Amino acid sequence: MNPVLFFILAVLLVASALSVILQPSPIRSALSLVVTLFLLAVTFLLLDAQLIAALQVIVYAGAIVVLFLFVIMLLNLQEEPRAMASFGTQCAAVLLGSLFLLALVRFAVAPLRPPASAATAGMAAAVPPGFGSVATLANLLFTQYLLAFEITSVLLLVAIIGAVVLAKRRLV
Amino acid sequence: MNVVPISWFLILAAILFTIGTIGVLVRRNVIVIFLSIELMLNAVNLVFVSFARQLHSMDGQVVVFFVMTVAAAEAAVGLAIILSVFRNRETVNVDELNLLRW
Repeated sequence: MNPVLFFILAVLLVASALSVILQPSPIRSALSLVVTLFLLAVTFLLLDAQLIAALQVIVYAGAIVVLFLFVIMLLNLQEEPRAMASFGTQCAAVLLGSLFLLALVRFAVAPLRPPASAATAGMAAAVPPGFGSVATLANLLFTQYLLAFEITSVLLLVAIIGAVVLAKRRLV
Repeated sequence: MNVVPISWFLILAAILFTIGTIGVLVRRNVIVIFLSIELMLNAVNLVFVSFARQLHSMDGQVVVFFVMTVAAAEAAVGLAIILSVFRNRETVNVDELNLLRW
């Protein structure tokens, strides 16, 4: 992966993510999230995860965010005068977030310390054939992770029933 | 050298996760808080995919598959709850939803 490409993607990703939390209107937040998800799909593609990138666009941007937009429009939410918390809370949140980021980055840069060659070796080496393809992922999914896969199907069933029961209009 | 080390991806994911956390803390609209949570889930997905690429192991991508499924279920149930709260209280502002607050 080209470092220049990575930096362009990173800047766009951070900008669109900031736009998600800074837009006063919920619709614009959701649309910024779509942009973020598409940029992440591109990143996944560059990391040799073709199937995950396709799923990201189809499931996340296509289904989940559309569900959000549907609810926002159903509730007819407008721009609110007080979309943000008070200034003190904002300062505290940004301070806590920066500390948290510092702690995370400390672990992220650990592989850069000597021997630094190990940090780039895996990224530089060519991936084995079939890496990230549908066949390889499906193979794992239906052998090693079969139980988790089945439990996921039950989870989705429960979610469907739960959503219908919760959102149904009460007849009183 | 023309290779991006894994640390850069981890730092990018950390920044995205932190933006999501700050969004949860500062926004008052419950739907935007939900969107921020989706942002955090995606930052974690990025970590999984980068480590899968680094270690040449597909297991990370399988985990991302499961995270997406759980996120879909969570969004469906969460939005149904928001919908039914809005029907009862006519608001999605978390400052006014304090029935369960101690």
